[in-house]
Amino acid sequence: MSKALDLITRVRGVRGAMLVSAEDGLVIAEQLMEGIKGGAVAALAASLAGRLRRAMEAAGTGTSVFWHLQAEQGALLVVSGDASGGILVVAVAEPDVNIGLVRLELLRVAEAAV
Amino acid sequence: MSPHTRAVEGWTLQPLTDFVREASVRLVLVLTPAGQVLAQSGFSRAVDVMSAAALAAAIVASTGEMARQLRQQPFAALSHQGPKTGFFLATFVTDRGTLAVLAVYDLDVSSLGLVQLFYEQLAADLKAATPKGTVPKQVLAADFERELTDSLNTLFGR
Repeated sequence: MSKALDLITRVRGVRGAMLVSAEDGLVIAEQLMEGIKGGAVAALAASLAGRLRRAMEAAGTGTSVFWHLQAEQGALLVVSGDASGGILVVAVAEPDVNIGLVRLELLRVAEAAV
Repeated sequence: MSPHTRAVEGWTLQPLTDFVREASVRLVLVLTPAGQVLAQSGFSRAVDVMSAAALAAAIVASTGEMARQLRQQPFAALSHQGPKTGFFLATFVTDRGTLAVLAVYDLDVSSLGLVQLFYEQLAADLKAATPKGTVPKQVLAADFERELTDSLNTLFGR
């Protein structure tokens, strides 16, 4: 699992990557730079993923596959849904990270994790 | 503040109210390992508080004894998850002695990760809010029933 996270953290601008249990919001594996609170990110990302899933289902769009939250000082990128079999693949990144590349690696890790 | 959040000891109220809001838990008890309730949230009947407090105290006692027999420190937290509901029971030490928190949450609203995350904040807030230099009141067997009735009246706003 640690090797799988290497795929994500080797992308320039990625500050950390985690595998998170979508059901209970606990960290399964993590590679994080100092200062990132892994447990908090995992719990809040899983909570958000659950609410997004319900919103998407209510909207009739099916489950979400990838979401990206952009903030002033960074970004949170998550692959969820069927692709990851109940596991969220999460990346914490710099604001100017190459989103497309991170997304690709997140999807690869999600496939490998199932 | 939730209308169902009440405290026997006022200093527990704000931390508990914050915890209920942030962790989205359905029921919470803050109690001593002996089962004396300091605050509750979400309970609507006194008998439920009494039962939950007694059961939580029993779990704290039995897991504490298991830890002792294994020559370990007492377990920090216990989590049990069913198909729709989970519960979380943990103890921490304050200037007033050990306190326990029992939280019950619905899995479609909250999660173990969220409860653990905000429990840490709750424990820190309660430690900080604990009145300094006061000795916890000892409840004697002779006063137990009156103390219990007084506590339940406070917890249910009677």
